[in-house]
Amino acid sequence: MNSIRALARHPQFRAGAKDMSGAALGIAAWGLVTGVAIVKSGLSVPLALFMTFTVFAGSAQLAAVPLMVVGAPMWVIWATAACVNLRFVIFSAQWRPFFMQYPRRKRLALSYFTADLTYVLFMRRYREPREGEGQMEYFYGGTAVNWFSWQVPSVVGIVLADVVPTHWGLGFAGVLALLGLTYSLLSDRATALAAVVAGGAAVAAFALPLRLHIVVAIAAAVCVGLLIDASGGNAPRRAQVAT
Amino acid sequence: MNGWEAFVTIVGLAAITVVTRSFFVLSERELVLPDWVRRGLRYAPLAALAAVVVPEVVMSQGELVSTWQDARLFAVAAATAYFVWRRDLLGTIVTGMLVLLPLKLGLGW
Repeated sequence: MNSIRALARHPQFRAGAKDMSGAALGIAAWGLVTGVAIVKSGLSVPLALFMTFTVFAGSAQLAAVPLMVVGAPMWVIWATAACVNLRFVIFSAQWRPFFMQYPRRKRLALSYFTADLTYVLFMRRYREPREGEGQMEYFYGGTAVNWFSWQVPSVVGIVLADVVPTHWGLGFAGVLALLGLTYSLLSDRATALAAVVAGGAAVAAFALPLRLHIVVAIAAAVCVGLLIDASGGNAPRRAQVAT
Repeated sequence: MNGWEAFVTIVGLAAITVVTRSFFVLSERELVLPDWVRRGLRYAPLAALAAVVVPEVVMSQGELVSTWQDARLFAVAAATAYFVWRRDLLGTIVTGMLVLLPLKLGLGW
């Protein structure tokens, strides 16, 4: 108990919580809409609650539920969720240097909580692991706010699915949160171009099943970023790396 | 799908969350990523965000929007202007929603 209290008082825990709070309204609106959508697709309330507290991956849940309702084979549902979650496999390569100081069991527990926004905010702040910067405290702060601001509205959406007005477009608050985060990651010409390419590729590849357009967009943007790096057109970033 | 099957399916989905999110941190063995992969991956967070956001703004039902009378476009313009002005995430969300809701509920855009 004391260690939890000490953690909550840690300045980096607070910094992580504060950064995530900026996006919390968007996460909450999105969690609410996801909760409603899952029950409206036909999953029972107890199963929907069980799902939100265990699966903890909004887009995989939204992809899986319609398949469950029509009675698709389990392996099809699991394959679908795995494809929707492919981006997390890419992200996990970047978490590795930060998590490898811990035993495997703890690495699994930490990884479970590495949702999209946790990843984006953490990687925006830290390039590489360093002792004494409170990096893990920052992670815990962001994760705590992320978990509550997703789960509480999800439960509300599941329980009150019939009365929440979805036609208001409340879920768009989640898109606006991601939009603001995107802007905050733009630091130079290379990142701006990578973002434009990713957006364009996502629209062009949108017809792909299983939200694979996101993986295509990441691949395209990474290629463009590397090309710009190689052509030396990204001088500020190079200077940063050199110091 | 009966309740029991649904339960097993959900347990499997939770396992998939853990496996995909921990994929490259599971092994104790040294993971040697080529330098270009490590440099390239720095663009991944930004790309993933843009890949989610852009279709949500400019597409509906899998098609590019063909009308300017779409509340989302104005909401994004307002949110962008706010972000450029204050660089604050919460204000960006609130500004966008303050533009979106009246257009959607009032004008039906």
